[in-house]
Amino acid sequence: MSELEAIYAVWLREFRVYLREKERVISSFISPILWLVAFGSGVGTSVSLQDPIYKGIPYQNFIYPGVLSMSLLFTAIFYGVYIIWDRKLDFLKEVLVAPVSRSSVFIGKMIGGCTDVMLQSVILLILGVVIGMPITPLVFLYSLLILLLISVAMVSLGLVMGSNLTNQEAFGLVMNFVIWPLFFFSGALFPVSNLPSWLLVITQINPLTYGVDALRGAILGVQEFSMLKDFSVLIGFSLLMIWLGIISFGRMQQSK
Amino acid sequence: MAIISTQKLTKCYGKLTAVDSLSLEIEEGEVFGLLGPNGAGKTTTISMLCTILRPTSGTAKVNGFDIRTQPGNVRSSIGIVFQEPSVDDLLTGRENLEMHAMLYGIPKELRKKRIDEVINLVGLEDRADDVTKVYSGGMRRRLELARGLMHRPKVLFLDEPTLGLDPQTREHIWRYIKKLSKEEEMTMVLTTHYMEEADMLCNRIAIMDAGKIVVMDKSANLKKKVGGDIILIKMDKPDLKRIRKLSFVKSAERKDGAVQIVIRDVDKNLQKLLCKVGKIKSVEVRPVSLNDVFLHYTGKEIRADEEEGGYWERMMQSSVNR
Ligand SMILES: Nc1ncnc2c1ncn2[C@@H]1O[C@H](COP(=O)(O)OP(=O)(O)OP(=O)(O)O)[C@@H](O)[C@H]1O
Ligand SMILES: [Mg+2]
Repeated sequence: MSELEAIYAVWLREFRVYLREKERVISSFISPILWLVAFGSGVGTSVSLQDPIYKGIPYQNFIYPGVLSMSLLFTAIFYGVYIIWDRKLDFLKEVLVAPVSRSSVFIGKMIGGCTDVMLQSVILLILGVVIGMPITPLVFLYSLLILLLISVAMVSLGLVMGSNLTNQEAFGLVMNFVIWPLFFFSGALFPVSNLPSWLLVITQINPLTYGVDALRGAILGVQEFSMLKDFSVLIGFSLLMIWLGIISFGRMQQSK
Repeated sequence: MAIISTQKLTKCYGKLTAVDSLSLEIEEGEVFGLLGPNGAGKTTTISMLCTILRPTSGTAKVNGFDIRTQPGNVRSSIGIVFQEPSVDDLLTGRENLEMHAMLYGIPKELRKKRIDEVINLVGLEDRADDVTKVYSGGMRRRLELARGLMHRPKVLFLDEPTLGLDPQTREHIWRYIKKLSKEEEMTMVLTTHYMEEADMLCNRIAIMDAGKIVVMDKSANLKKKVGGDIILIKMDKPDLKRIRKLSFVKSAERKDGAVQIVIRDVDKNLQKLLCKVGKIKSVEVRPVSLNDVFLHYTGKEIRADEEEGGYWERMMQSSVNR
């Protein structure tokens, strides 16, 4: 009971902060729109997908699930890594010293991040409908479910990193060594099959690949792996990250 | 029974030993003052006791629970007002308090009453619904204090609670702290650089320097140990050696162009002293204060600008120190 309340308290804080930081909300929509419109339709005019399973799908449609995953990825990881600043500024101290289990703190934070991500996803899905993606109400809900799974995985990953890093400089490392590789090697911008084998390996160990694939399956009706495999990988990875996150939060000390 | 006992509690940062093999006992219901110059290790000690900093060696028990092996139980026994700001900038004052109430499991029916009570206590009624980002330094401090006092733990740590507060608020807080300690029999560990505050609130005082406790006793006893009264004499050619030889003189030293002498039984011995020292320009007698005790044991003066400086100046300084 009191642990549930603690989860709620931590979540409520995150949610209030999210609603208050309008700049963060707005900027999270700008880049997906740029990718879709500028990249999707720009590059789309000179690219046609050769892959048999994607034949006939406009490039903009092809990357739409990828762009959804990308904006999710950025929001999720930034959210998680943001606790480096929370700790620097000592806001987190209040929570760390409270008589609640660290797993509750982690879960509250995680749900908070997922809330941000899901609100953003809903708007991007609506935007998808507006620009003519084949999204029926059922597809809409199905996509939300998949997005939720991906966001649990990625927010948890972000929190695991954030709770183990102590200085802001590490942020650049995360950007260059985690976010960009996860995005580029996920099949968000190009089909995974037909890649040179070394790239294929990287893509296949990237959990986001399966998220993008599942989304593509849900929205465009084509995918490279089975839904079962996509879901298994995503759920497995989420559980792993939640486990690591709870351990990391449990060990967290004041950051000085 | 001791509610806090530390056993050779030690924290090292590289070569620096911030807290050095500290062993002390604090009784239940006591208001315990931890004094010491900047960097003495007060905050480090408190951080370890409230389980957010792991000791390098040694351990401690708080409310019967080991800080190393039972941090969860320790946390449910304590409350803390941190030295450094830790209220959430992006939430309003009231929201900060609500979050605290939820985290500490204050029952729903009590919540609103408690929140209003502490908001009144620190005089933030008008600003409770503003985001704390726009608070002044002192207002933030007040909020922090309100938060720490809200859930009435068994043991409350107050790390420089009245830092940067105006005199009215400070007076208010003192009264409330006294009330809590009396009515709730709450144990409190308080650090401060305001000697009058320690003198007024604390049952016992420990003076810490360089990670070690130099002396620990009741304030009155500490004053007795250092001496009876202080006499400040202005004169042309003081003969310190001769003054020190007098049997009732405990110490004598030069200070700001005068001689500061500590003597026993001032009513009996002042006359004798004045006869012995020769021609004097002026004389001033005052009882030994906790400030004298502090200086006596730590040998350093707390610079005035640190003692009275604004909250943010202090903050700046501590962030430079980090
Ligand atoms: N993270 C850290 N890394 C290295 N040294 C540290 C760290 N934290 C504290 N110290 C050192 O430990 C010593 C004790 O610091 P502490 O903050 O406990 O002092 P304090 O008694 O609370 O002083 P103040 O009155 O200024 O608050 C200082 O010398 C400080 O520089
Ligand atoms: Mg301190």
